[in-house]
This record gives sequence, structure tokens and C-alpha cells, in this order.
Amino acid sequence: MTLEVLAVDDSRTMRNMIRLALEPEGFTVHTADDGVHGTEVLDGIAPDVIITDINMPRMDGFGFIDTVRAQDKHRTTPILVLTTESGNELKQRARKSGATGWIVKPFDPAKLIKALRMVAG
Amino acid sequence: MTAPDPMAEIRASFFIECEELLEAMQDGLQQLDDGADDPETINVVFRAVHSIKGGAGAFGLEQMVRFAHRFETVLDGVRAGTLAVSADLMKLFFKAGDHLSDIVRASRDDEEFPDGESEAIVAELDQYISSDADDAAEEEIDFQPMGLSLDLDLGLPDIEPSGPPTWCITFTPDAEMYESGNEVFPILRALAELGDAEVRCDTSKVPVLSELAPESAYLSWTIDLQTTVDEAEIRSVFEFVDGLCTVSVERAEEPAAEFEPMPDFDLPAPEPMEDLPPPPAPEPEATAKPEPDAAPKRGAGSSSANAAKAVVRVDLDRIERLVNLVGELVINQAMLAQSLESAGLSPHSDAMNGLEEFQRLTRDIQDSVMMIRAQPVKPLFQRMSRIVRESSAAVGKEVRLETDGETTEVDKTVIERLADPLTHMIRNAVDHGLESTEDRTAAGKSTEGIVKLSAAHRSGRVVIEVSDDGGGINRPKVHQIAIDKGLVPADTALTDSEIDNLLFLPGFSTASTVSDLSGRGVGMDVVKTAIQSLGGRITITSEPGVGTTFSISLPLTLAVLDGMVVNVAGETLVVPLNVVSETLTIHEDTTDEIEPGAQVVRVRGGFVHLFDLGGALGYRSGPGDLAGSVALLIAQEDGNRVALIVDEIQDQRQVVIKGLDDTFCRSPGIAAATILGDGQIALIVDPSDIIANASKHGAASSSSMRMEA
Repeated sequence: MTLEVLAVDDSRTMRNMIRLALEPEGFTVHTADDGVHGTEVLDGIAPDVIITDINMPRMDGFGFIDTVRAQDKHRTTPILVLTTESGNELKQRARKSGATGWIVKPFDPAKLIKALRMVAG
Repeated sequence: MTAPDPMAEIRASFFIECEELLEAMQDGLQQLDDGADDPETINVVFRAVHSIKGGAGAFGLEQMVRFAHRFETVLDGVRAGTLAVSADLMKLFFKAGDHLSDIVRASRDDEEFPDGESEAIVAELDQYISSDADDAAEEEIDFQPMGLSLDLDLGLPDIEPSGPPTWCITFTPDAEMYESGNEVFPILRALAELGDAEVRCDTSKVPVLSELAPESAYLSWTIDLQTTVDEAEIRSVFEFVDGLCTVSVERAEEPAAEFEPMPDFDLPAPEPMEDLPPPPAPEPEATAKPEPDAAPKRGAGSSSANAAKAVVRVDLDRIERLVNLVGELVINQAMLAQSLESAGLSPHSDAMNGLEEFQRLTRDIQDSVMMIRAQPVKPLFQRMSRIVRESSAAVGKEVRLETDGETTEVDKTVIERLADPLTHMIRNAVDHGLESTEDRTAAGKSTEGIVKLSAAHRSGRVVIEVSDDGGGINRPKVHQIAIDKGLVPADTALTDSEIDNLLFLPGFSTASTVSDLSGRGVGMDVVKTAIQSLGGRITITSEPGVGTTFSISLPLTLAVLDGMVVNVAGETLVVPLNVVSETLTIHEDTTDEIEPGAQVVRVRGGFVHLFDLGGALGYRSGPGDLAGSVALLIAQEDGNRVALIVDEIQDQRQVVIKGLDDTFCRSPGIAAATILGDGQIALIVDPSDIIANASKHGAASSSSMRMEA
């Protein structure tokens, strides 16, 4: 099962890592630099899963998830939070915004793929 | 050629990104130091350090992760408002920033970085870390990738004759679970992958259609799972939905019977649901299975061409070659234009129209190629801010660096070769330029000395200035030292500017004892030589009690320039167009001779000095009758204007700079040469140099030039 994924992260290295992990699996990977950019990219695509960082300029991950969930088109699109922060408080906040799950950086590519496949259903 | 290792490429791009992040961090810290107190500024710094940590973790750069984490924790304190920014804290931040840069660079170059060096700074950072935060820090620093603890290579467990234990799992999603984008089916499937699963769906709670609320959750599932994995692993499947559903996992009494295919979901198997409390959250540490080796292995084996497409690293030689080729293209295009024109083609012909398009494209290509080489001076300036911090600490002075024009773009080679001379000048300014704190107080100045570093494009050159608000050059002392060292005869009377320039003499040093900092046997003469080798000039201006300014003026060193092709005394010369601010035809009644040999031309009510280009280059003794000649008004770096007299303007066009070999020595007033469209060789003049020489030799004009300056 190949998936179409949108990865939102302000770190180019992280975006590249995600590409490197997913593209060999045949996934289509779109990327965006921050929440605002992510929202713009989402206008033109309907990804199976969205991956987002939390700490980003302009619009952070929480704001991005809120924005995505407010759109009918993406109300049930699974969103995975990919972050270095693993605090429970953060997870609760992410979930409150409507995040589907989370992966802690640095991620194991196999686990990321597994998680993506799982939430994409 | 072997296929590039995608992981190595990403690693390289990570370090490039690190440089950008470090730059953003420095910028943010500077703004904080300048008094910015908006949350975004500290956030930018935090994010930069945080991103470095994130990337470093991915590449297993443990030392970088640890230090970045300490740093980040203290920054987070400021971000959260539990720590107030103080002067001491800012100093520590700068120090930590510098240290992080060192670690990043050492890691990039695969150098061993002694752990001990971090200790002192870590100890200082730790003073600001509250014990709570520290605990959290320790927990997080372990970097256990938690995520999903399902291993890809986990196949179906072998079915032993006796059979692995069976678990009875009940799963009742809340409505909120669906709102978070989670679905039941993937979870059931993940469970099924753990072993033999028998799934039953309880539809008993589903109301009649008229009462059905579309966003409510009515279904629950019971799964009998025969598996070898433990309870924690089973629970980890529910990690994302923890708190959004009711889950119970219990060991079944008797082992499940025969292997059966997974039943369809719509198989109704109603069973009374127990109302179980939500199970405790699985401990992340318990489920985590770090596999540090997995990422690189996976990456190395696969090819991903566009993995690192944000930045392409190109050998400078290749760019050099491209620059040269574009230069040839420009010459070629000029020659083609000339031959088409002389063939008498109509300007409206297809060929001429096509040529016009060709010209435009050539120019675009050329601009793009130049853009590859041009870089902002900002990273260079940021390095200098570190020099200021370190050197001021070494001599015990309070110094603040102010920068201006950081976005000014300069050729990459020039930036690289400026680093050493600039470092030396900055150290000089801190060490010699600024007075001691006591002297400053005595002079009624603020105890904090200011060193200013600025860059700007001025009349086609880049001007970089290093200035201080110190005591200015102690001219009697400088003069005396020069006499003592036998650099000038004892009885010479020197102007202020001449004394200032003594500093550039080889081996000159005003510090009576060689200080720790600038006095390393390298004097301003070395700086001057370095600048000259870049085709630049360096000048000093100093005012007692107010400060000293060193001004470096550099060519943009572009391989191509917009030139004005002129005729002077039968010779064809090229004047860089960007220094010509205006041209005018001279009439008898617009010129005046203010003293013998010194002529001026009236320009809109003001007077501008006239210099004959032909005379300055030795083509003729004087311009003769000025009437009918053309004056090129040249804007100088000091803002004044002078007029260069030429006989005639031929054309304006792009010319390719061909450097003059050392065998030509350095001819005053000549910058380089070029090949024109008709194949003729023409010299490119350096107007500022010509004017400087002319005013030096022309006694009459020099006095008035000084007046202007």
C-alpha cells in the first residue's frame, strides 16, 4: 500500500529524512516549511496522511492541525505529530487539536512507515 | 562513479542547514541583546537550537544533542517566562552559541571535539536550569524513539503445538476517537498482525435509524488474540487512541481453539460489554525499542535522487568555468551584433529582433551566474561578532559590535579572503582603538566602547568600514615611533593623514608591549597587502577623542561589467559605467581655470574638478581645447564628484574583464583589459585610481582636492 503524504516541518533536514524514508517505499511525499505553507499546499492535494512538526515559525503544529480539522475536506485525514518533545502535556494538547498520533524524533523509518500505514487505514 | 549515498547527502545538507540555523540563532541573540523582548525573537533562537538538536539526533551526534539540549532548556526557561534575560545570561547565551557552532563544525569535519570543553559552559547553563526541568531534560535526552513499537520484520508468530497464550481484548471507541482521525479498522488489523485474532463486533448499542446520531460511537469490539507478544506490546497498538476509548486486555483462561480466518467485521457477535475503566497509559520506556542502526542502513541501500534537492553543492571550479564561458558568450554576442549591424540589416529584420532577444537572454544568464557567486556578508560579520566578544574579554574592555548592511552581497572568494584582514582590524579596534574603561570614564564617555562594522555598495564597489568610538590615532606618538624606528626622517613635517598612513608601514606597532591579541607580528601592512591583492584600497580617517575609521573599498570582482567605451587621444578605453553618474558636453563658457592647471566645469551652479584622462594616462600632455570634449562625471567613494575629460563616447556595452597578468606590473589607473566586439583590445580604466594619482601629482589641484575631502 503506497500512500500520499504531506510532511510539514521547518527543518529541511527533517523533510529530507522523511522523503528518504518514504519515497523508496513508493510513497508520494509533499512537503511544506511551516503551518501556513502546509495549509497552502493542502489546498491542492488530498493526502492520505499528514505529518507535522510542532515548533515552527508563522504557524505552529497546533495551529496547523486546528486549521486542517476546520476544513470539511480534511476532517478525518489522519495527522501524525512528529516532534522531539515527548511530554504528556504536549501529546494531550496535540490530541485536543485533533492529532491522530505522534512519533518522536529521531524516528525509525520502519516505524514511521508502520505508523503511517496504520493510521491511514 | 558510485551512486551518491543519500544519507551522506542529507548529512551534508543538514550541516548546511545548521549554518543557516546558527546564523538565525546569532541574529536572534543579537536582537535580544539589543533589547528585543517580543516572544518571537526568543522563539527563533529556541527553534534554531531545537532544530539543530533534532537533526543531530537523527545522525546520532550525541555530543551535539546533549549540548543543544542544555542550551535549549535554558532558552525554554526564557521562553516560558521563568527566566529573565540579564546581561550575564546574554553573555552566556552568546558563549553557548559560539560553543554550539564549534561543536557543529567539529562534527561536520568529523573532528574529535574534547568533551571537557563543554563542561565549563554546561556548568554555567546548569545554574539556570531548575531541578524539575533538569529531570525532564535527562528523561528526554535518552532519545528513545517511541512512536509505535511494532517491528516491520515481525512476522506471524510460529504456532506452537501447545499454542501461545490467548488474550481477550475489548475495545470501545469514544466519539472523540473518530474526531482525531483514528479509525477502528487499522487498529484491528494491527492486532491481527500480532497473532491469530478473532474479532467480534458488538452492534447491540446501535439505535434505530431515527434515533441514530451520526457523530456518536455505538460499536465495540471483542478480540481474542492468540499471540506470543506481551501485554505491553498489545497495548501499544492502542497508544494513539489512549484516553479516547475503553480498552481492556486480559489473559484468557483457556487457549483459543483452532486457527480460523479473520472473520468479517459485520459478523454480529453480541456479547455483554463490561464497563471497564480505561487502562493505565503504557509507559513509553517500556514499549520503546530503539534501533539506532535501522535508519542509516535503510537509507544507504535505497536511492532517492531528490532527497537533498534543496541545496546543491557545486565545486567552485565548475562555477569558475561557467563564469568564464558566460564571459566568452558575451564577447561572442557583441561580435555577432557588430557583424550583423555592419552587414546593413534593417533593425526591424528578424535577425536583428532575434539578436535583441539573444542579448536579453545573455544578460539574464550572466546575472544568474553572478548570483551564484555572490553571498551576503552576514556570516562574515557574525564571525566578527565572536571576535569582538573574545577579544574584549581578553583585554577586559566592555565592547559592543554594531553592524550595518549585512545583506550586502559580495563575491564568495572576496568574503573568504576578507576574513583574516577583518579579524585583525577588529582585534586592533578593540585592543588599540578603544581606550581602557578608566580612560573612557575620564573622557566622559560611556564605559561600553563601540566597534562598528558596515558594508555597502557604493559607486560600483563594496565599501566595508571598521570604526571605533575610541580616542582616535595618537598622532604625535605614531610620528615619534616612526622616527624612532627610522621609518621617516626625524625632521619631516607630515600632515595628519600622512601620519595616519604610517600605520600601514611594515612592522609598525604602537603597542609598547606586544599584547595578547593583535600583536602577533602581523601589522596593518599585512592587512593592506591582503586588501590590495583583492583589488581593493584601504584608507584611514581618525579624529582625536572621537574615533578611527578604516574603510576598505573592494571591486565587486565581477567577470563582466557594463562599460562606457570612449576615445581618448586616439585610444579606445573602457570606463566602468557604474561610476559614471552623468555625461556632459563641455562648452567654452562652462569651464573656468581657478588656478593654473586646475580647471573646473560648472554643473548646475556648482563646480567640479576636471581631469584629463588622456593626460593622466600619459597619452598626451594636456586636453588642449576643451570645447567639444565630453566630461564624464564620476561619483567618488567620499561622495564628491570629479569630471574626467574624454574626446568622444563610442558606445555603452557589456565587456568581459580580462585580468592583466603580473608581467604588466601594476599600471596606475588601469584595472584590467577587455576584448571589444570587433576583436580590438581595450584597457579598462579605474577612474578613482586615476583621480587619486592625478591629485597627488598635480600640485595645483591637490590642494583643492584636500579642501573637498
